[in-house]
Amino acid sequence: MEKIILFAPLIGSLLCGFGWKFIGQTAAQWVSTSLLFLAAFLSWVVFLSHNGTTEYIHVLDFIQSGTLDTSWAIRMDRLTAIMLIVITTVSALVHLYSFGYMAHDENFKEGEVYRPRFFAYLSFFTFSMLMLVTSDNLVQMFFGWEGVGVASYLLIGFYYRKPTANAAAIKAFVVNRVGDFGFALGIFGLYFLADSIKFDDVFAAVPTIAETQLTFLWRDWNAAELIAILLFIGAMGKSAQLILHTWLPDAMEGPTPVSALIHAATMVTAGVFLVCRMSPLMEFAPMATNFIVFLGATTAFFAATVGLVQNDIKRVIAYSTCSQLGYMFVAAGVGVYSVAMFHLFTHAFFKAMLFLGAGSVIHGMHHEQDMRNYGGLRKKLPYTFWAMMIGTLAITGVGIPLTHIGFAGFLSKDAVIESAFAGGTSYAFWLLVIAAFMTSFYSWRLMFLTFFGTPRGDKHTHEHAHEGPMTMLVPLGVLSLGAIFAGMIWYDDFFGKENDVAAFFGTHQIEEHAAAAGAGFSLIAPAYAATEENDDHGKDEKLAKQVIGDGAIYMGPENHVLHDAHYVPKWVKVSPFIAMISGLALAFWFYIVNPSLPGRLAANQRPLYLFFLNKWYFDEIYDFVFVKPAMALGRLLWKRGDGNIIDGSINGVALGIVPFLTRLVGRGQSGYLFHYAFAMVLGIAILLTWMMLGGGAG
Amino acid sequence: MDNLLSIVTFIPLLAAGILALFLRGDDEAAQRNAKWVALAATATTFLVSLAILGQFDPSDTGFQMVEQRDWLLGMQYKMGVDGISVLFVMLTTFLMPLVIASCWDVKHRVKEYMIAFLILETLMLGVFCALDLVLFYLFFEAGLIPMFLIIGIWGGANRIYASFKFFLYTFLGSVLMLVAMVSMFADAGTTDIVTLLNHNFGSETFNVLGVQVIGGMQTMMWIAFFASFAVKMPMWPVHTWLPDAHVQAPTAGSVVLAAILLKMGGYGFLRFSLPMFPVASDLLAPLVLWMSAIAIAYTSLVALVQQDMKKLIAYSSVAHMGYVTMGIFAANQQGIDGAIFQMISHGFISGALFLCVGVIYDRMHTREIDAYGGLVNRMPAYALIFMFFTMANVGLPGTSGFVGEFLTLMGVFQVNTWVAVIATSGVILSASYGLWLYRRVVMGDLIKESLKSITDMTRRERAIFAPLVVMTLLLGVYPALVTDIIGPSVEALVGSYETAVADFAASTQFAEN
Repeated sequence: MEKIILFAPLIGSLLCGFGWKFIGQTAAQWVSTSLLFLAAFLSWVVFLSHNGTTEYIHVLDFIQSGTLDTSWAIRMDRLTAIMLIVITTVSALVHLYSFGYMAHDENFKEGEVYRPRFFAYLSFFTFSMLMLVTSDNLVQMFFGWEGVGVASYLLIGFYYRKPTANAAAIKAFVVNRVGDFGFALGIFGLYFLADSIKFDDVFAAVPTIAETQLTFLWRDWNAAELIAILLFIGAMGKSAQLILHTWLPDAMEGPTPVSALIHAATMVTAGVFLVCRMSPLMEFAPMATNFIVFLGATTAFFAATVGLVQNDIKRVIAYSTCSQLGYMFVAAGVGVYSVAMFHLFTHAFFKAMLFLGAGSVIHGMHHEQDMRNYGGLRKKLPYTFWAMMIGTLAITGVGIPLTHIGFAGFLSKDAVIESAFAGGTSYAFWLLVIAAFMTSFYSWRLMFLTFFGTPRGDKHTHEHAHEGPMTMLVPLGVLSLGAIFAGMIWYDDFFGKENDVAAFFGTHQIEEHAAAAGAGFSLIAPAYAATEENDDHGKDEKLAKQVIGDGAIYMGPENHVLHDAHYVPKWVKVSPFIAMISGLALAFWFYIVNPSLPGRLAANQRPLYLFFLNKWYFDEIYDFVFVKPAMALGRLLWKRGDGNIIDGSINGVALGIVPFLTRLVGRGQSGYLFHYAFAMVLGIAILLTWMMLGGGAG
Repeated sequence: MDNLLSIVTFIPLLAAGILALFLRGDDEAAQRNAKWVALAATATTFLVSLAILGQFDPSDTGFQMVEQRDWLLGMQYKMGVDGISVLFVMLTTFLMPLVIASCWDVKHRVKEYMIAFLILETLMLGVFCALDLVLFYLFFEAGLIPMFLIIGIWGGANRIYASFKFFLYTFLGSVLMLVAMVSMFADAGTTDIVTLLNHNFGSETFNVLGVQVIGGMQTMMWIAFFASFAVKMPMWPVHTWLPDAHVQAPTAGSVVLAAILLKMGGYGFLRFSLPMFPVASDLLAPLVLWMSAIAIAYTSLVALVQQDMKKLIAYSSVAHMGYVTMGIFAANQQGIDGAIFQMISHGFISGALFLCVGVIYDRMHTREIDAYGGLVNRMPAYALIFMFFTMANVGLPGTSGFVGEFLTLMGVFQVNTWVAVIATSGVILSASYGLWLYRRVVMGDLIKESLKSITDMTRRERAIFAPLVVMTLLLGVYPALVTDIIGPSVEALVGSYETAVADFAASTQFAEN
């Protein structure tokens, strides 16, 4: 069954991409879409029937060289199961949505065939993403990793006539390659250390790796820390974390369904998935995980500040995605991988829905994306309005404080923030709370600017604003169910008692250990509990070693963050809610009560406003520091290096040798060929003479 | 058949002879006949060569299908293949029919053109099969003559300069290699490669003109061979002949040059340098590794700023050959497996990329990148094929380009992390220049007036690309097709290399004590 899930999208992609000439465009679209729905259905069956035990399914041998033994294989555990439903569900809905959204695209001329190509790319992306998450080794994961990169490249550049789209596509691919550079080095390092790149072997070797020093570049490093950092560089690229985030906003050049599928729900979360997948390694790399927390929190904050002032509806949501990914990394970094997955899971639903909702607005407004030209669309687009409303309630985290009742984002985001506090990093905690405030502000700003107030911009466009067809509304409805209920239904599995989480992720032995530790210290403050437990480490380590690699995630014996997160002070639990309410209030005041205020504020605080609007000037800095110097260096090496130095010296030598040579061979008029043949014959003659003389002597 | 290798090697020569002797005239019919004869001969060669693959037993690490007979002047004619060479034979026979098919539209001196390619094929096959030094030298050096002619007669405007440069480069290397071969014969008393492989060349330190040479005779001979193979590869900094040669060569010539001729250098390292001079290889490996790393970064940067499509791909070839030398001198299983894989895979990918340039050059007669743009609007099939091979060249997993790059990098990481890091940066740069080229040529709106009537690929052109696509995908998804064949031989090579290096280390330690 897992094989069907895995290969149905590939078959759909091929049939749609190459077969549309024979079966027609619409039929081709239906083929790929129905195969995706099949995969989604089977994924839910797998997810719901999965009992936490890890299964392996071999498909085909892959790279075999010496002790390097990789296969195309499926590793079926809880992490995979979660990703399966996220990917196939969102993908199937996006396929369906694209029927409406891509029906008439003004970027293509009359009679041009583009829809089968679009669907084929979408299906191909889904296949690559599934390869990534089902992999049982790092090389196959790398295949999926790069495969989604290509699909993303193709889809961002889907409007191939637009120069901006082409530039954005290349930028996405190249920036991701920078991340892949780190990822690949991490794989090489792991193979060097563990002599295998299968997850199970690597996990088993982790305790040894953690005690190994590896010489890398100019110094020795702790091997586990180094590998964790290298792999995380890959995650930074794919998940658009600070430094390597610049491609994500530009990726909005792609059609909106692409943004929903790739740049919100699935591909960008691959980095989070990688960190969770490598949890046994991360547990042994405290410095690396601290770095992950630091970078995740900083990204969450940075992206939120930029999101405050963007005017393009898709860019606001893109920065919001970037910011939410930061939340996930904080959770993974402090060691509660289940919470990172929880936020990944809920975020997939509400963020995909926000994008599809934005797509619906854009579709209804004739491809106008500037929110300054929206306003008052509540009446024209009622279904979209309500879908976006649910999405906004979910992302801002609306719920009843101190209970487990609320929208999906309320439960998962609060879980992240509580974990950050329990993890003991006040830096991350405070940045995340501030980011939650800003999230609420920019999300409501988007809502107010788009759906409330009076229509702005082109009158004609507003008059013709219209709701999309059913194919576009149904996915919104399905996703809104997820945005409302996903958090409440699966709360206990992801962020419940340790036993529940352990059972859900199939980590049996940890269960006993955690229960034992939990019973004694359940009511003591986290920092205190941590010191108390130092005595038990000798005993625990032995237990823990047995369970590394068992189940889907691994939490070391010293990792009590999940436990402690349930016992944080009440003010911590309430703080994200307060941040959310203040954000809403401020947005309401700015955009409903006193709409002239934002403009005046931007004028007053012009440098800060420009700093945010220009995304902290990252693009300009990179252009100055990397792109221009690389080109200049290339030209220098070409003209000076190849031209003057290498060819120059060779010509110099040639001027010395050639006249001598020509004299030697008697000024042969037939030119170079003659020289050459002569040299060769001469050479053979010398060799033969020597042989005969030598042979005679021997 | 106990002379299968000779049959495969000399079918093309036979066909060339038939063309030279019996085909008269230069009218259209004669041209067509010449092309068909050449195509039939190369296709037959390929079909017969399948028997080599069929008979080949990968688990046997020695030479197979060995033929030996007396030749003139007391020399031996000896042919044979092992796990390292057999796939190069297959690569050559596989690509040549496609090369012939790609020059179907040539009008100028077709018969001679075909003869040149047929002779070239025989000589290339000879290089990979020869098991005697003299025979090897003969094939190795003679192979350049038809290539010269192909560039010199059917090439571009500046062909004389390119050939001249090529000549200067190869001349010095060849002389040095010849000297080394002579001294090998003097030392071992035979030119039989199989015997030489088991011969221990001296590695005691000695003085030459007051300079102490560590590794002694091995080092001297290693350097001499290196001079020849490094140019052929080509390695930085002796690579500058290649871009010029490619730019001037006709499409088919570029394909052969990039896909097969460059591989002779890598093959030479594996056949001579590593197994015969292990101590010297070990001593000088850091040099080669650094040169390879520099080659990858340097030529990738240079590729970034090229304005001529062929030059860009030529520089990219140099970078990809950097992975090969790096893998070979990492001298472990992954490195050498990867190097051989990379050479095979580069044969398909670079060949296809030059064919891609050829497709539009045939239509527009320019290689300037700026002359193109928006081809996707009129050439969707071409856009797809070009995209596929661009991605393969970038090293996308799932294509054969990935496996070689990945294995060589994995191999070198175990030896030198600095080199690994610099070489890995090549994956970023290759994506940059590859996709940027693609964008400028294929993407965008079609605005240039001259391109408004350009036509998509013909059925013949598609048929040429189809086998290359299949092989690139097949090897990318199931690399065991290659690694199963080369694995045991490479393992044996690595094993004997490590033993020799360890022995040398032990002996020097002993001497120091």
